Amino acid sequence: MPDDIVIRAGSLGKKYLIGHDLERERYTTLREVIARKVKGLARSGANGFRATMGSGQKIEEFWALREINFEIKRGEVVGIIGRNGAGKSTLLKILSRITEPSEGRVEVKGRVASLLEVGTGFHPELTGRENIYLNGSILGMARAEISRKFDEIVAFAEVERFLDTPVKRYSSGMHVRLAFSVAAHLEPEILIVDEVLAVGDAAFQEKCIGKLNTVAKSDGRTVLFVSHNMSVVQQLCKRCILLKDGQIRETGETSEVVGNYLSSSKQESNVDIRNWSDRQGSGEARIVQLTITDDAASPTSVFPLRSTVCFHLETEFYEPLVDPCFGVVIHASSGEPVLDLQSAHHGLRVGRVDGRVKIQGTFPSIGLYPGTYFVSPWITDAAVQRSIDFVRMCCSIEVIPKPGDFGDLRLDPLWGKYWVNSEWKEIDPLKTETRTHMFSAKSNGN
Amino acid sequence: MANSLEQASYSGLDDPMTLPDKPDATHERVLVLEAGRAERHYWRDLWTYRELFAILAWRDLAVRYKQTAIGVAWALIRPILSMLVFTVLFSRVAKLPSVGHAPYAVMVFAGMLPWFLFSTILNDASISLVTNSNLISKVYFPRLIVPAATILVALADFAITFGLLILIMAWYRFFPDWRLIFLPCFLLLTILASLGPALYITALNVKYRDFRYIIPFILQFGLYVSPVGFSSTVVPEKWRLLYSLNPVVGVIDGFRWCLLRGESQFYLPGFLLSIGAVVVWLWLGAWYFRKTERTFADLL
Repeated sequence: MPDDIVIRAGSLGKKYLIGHDLERERYTTLREVIARKVKGLARSGANGFRATMGSGQKIEEFWALREINFEIKRGEVVGIIGRNGAGKSTLLKILSRITEPSEGRVEVKGRVASLLEVGTGFHPELTGRENIYLNGSILGMARAEISRKFDEIVAFAEVERFLDTPVKRYSSGMHVRLAFSVAAHLEPEILIVDEVLAVGDAAFQEKCIGKLNTVAKSDGRTVLFVSHNMSVVQQLCKRCILLKDGQIRETGETSEVVGNYLSSSKQESNVDIRNWSDRQGSGEARIVQLTITDDAASPTSVFPLRSTVCFHLETEFYEPLVDPCFGVVIHASSGEPVLDLQSAHHGLRVGRVDGRVKIQGTFPSIGLYPGTYFVSPWITDAAVQRSIDFVRMCCSIEVIPKPGDFGDLRLDPLWGKYWVNSEWKEIDPLKTETRTHMFSAKSNGN
Repeated sequence: MANSLEQASYSGLDDPMTLPDKPDATHERVLVLEAGRAERHYWRDLWTYRELFAILAWRDLAVRYKQTAIGVAWALIRPILSMLVFTVLFSRVAKLPSVGHAPYAVMVFAGMLPWFLFSTILNDASISLVTNSNLISKVYFPRLIVPAATILVALADFAITFGLLILIMAWYRFFPDWRLIFLPCFLLLTILASLGPALYITALNVKYRDFRYIIPFILQFGLYVSPVGFSSTVVPEKWRLLYSLNPVVGVIDGFRWCLLRGESQFYLPGFLLSIGAVVVWLWLGAWYFRKTERTFADLL
């Protein structure tokens, strides 16, 4: 490997096996395996034992990554972007040795620290001080190193007064600050960061981005950075890798790649999400398709400000349910939820449902500031307490300024997030009244 | 990329934990990640991550004894109650003999000491990977550290139980002699004896999540199969050798021998067989753990 290259991946691939039953839970249970074997045994004698999965169990190979080739030079800050499920996290997991590739190879030169989550291993019962040591060790710092940087870490996190308080009493803001602060003081040659800046308040986020910038620029470390927040990616990274369906779609200058990524995501308004992996819920029902249309029912994912957005949810109920609730969460590009649209808020009662159910939600006049947003459709029980299916950020929409609206006035997401109507006028009579009043007061005084 | 280069640069490396902040570029290691490749340098990595091992053990201890009263009480109540039950049941009801002149309660307690260590390690280790799944799926380190770290917590419990034994011995005015100096050897043997099955079960527990329901059953079964409540001398001579295939038998006999002034005779062939069983289990456990370890992050 040439001297200035620190990471080199060659035809890297990662395969997962998805069985019909294994889809919901990644692990199996002994009970299932035994039941399967017994079933197989009963059906075909001794031969059944050889087939670990009985009939009706279809195992599918799923390539989360395939044919990935890239090189990263020393001191580069590279952004990895792509939709959910494109393979970003899998790539980071391979690079940080959490999981091993199924084919191909990666060569990594130097000490790697990965920050796939803020506060990995934090224990709520332990104090802030104890957690700094715990978290630091987990991230790969030596004890002596932590002790040396201890004061710096504490100062950056602004938690001096609470050092000996158990972390469970911390506010979520303090928790995040402390966790990020430990991570920010890692000194690896290669730093791998996954979507961790989506948490914390805006001011601290700014501070973290600043810190990352220093780490990258002045200390000459190599940074791999995954984010949905395109403005941060553009701020931090010179070069970007765009992943799509487990393959590298594009590599190049950040502005170019980000631009192409945003425009390509516009065409994806009709998604089959039957096999979307990033989902939670009890699974009695599943959202199999989400179609986003405008008020003329034609599928699109680009919406001018104040236009109508319709969400069509196609769902399958595997067990009959009474009055389930439906909805969508709209997330900002940072992943933070901004809008919560629910059928329950409208008082929709669907009664007892089973089999295929189609639901439409209409959102007249979307007021989100121009930008990219992600959509997570969901189903819950009648009381909106138990999640049945929550499909995390499976679809994106783009809000664009309405041509001609407000003349040339800009809607900058730094100034606000949501546009609502407000009325403004100049009130002339007030001016005259005040003047008269002052005048009369003066005259009274005389 | 030549393999030889990779190896050469790796072997020239001291452990990354103590690397200087700005390492000499010529001495940088190149780590190759490939399917089936992860096991290389595993044992060296284990040494590199010794600090993490210590800190995880310390965390478990700290958390356990944060609520000091409950932590200590738990380590006290369990052996005392078990000792009472066994003494009454086996000595008074079943009229089983003790060993030599040792009081029955002391004999039971000397056997319970290694048994509780064994069962605590087995139990805590087997669930350790699942309870630490947030770590496994987010950070790399040799996974062996996690179940191994539970040993230290079990040892802390052991220390408390040992203190209890001293009190009981004082009560009966029955004290050990010079053989006591061999206790550390038998302690080590207990740890090794529990580590083998523990690693095996830990790995199984990741793969088959319902395996943990079987563990209490195994432990309960083991308690009655092992000579905890009775002396192994009550086992008929012709079955004695076969009985020693249970690694816990050798361990408990050893503990009794060195704690009970040799009142408990040392049955050498059985003891050697038990050691053999320990070694086989240890190898089997480590082998299975290493074999499945690579897929842990995908399963958790």
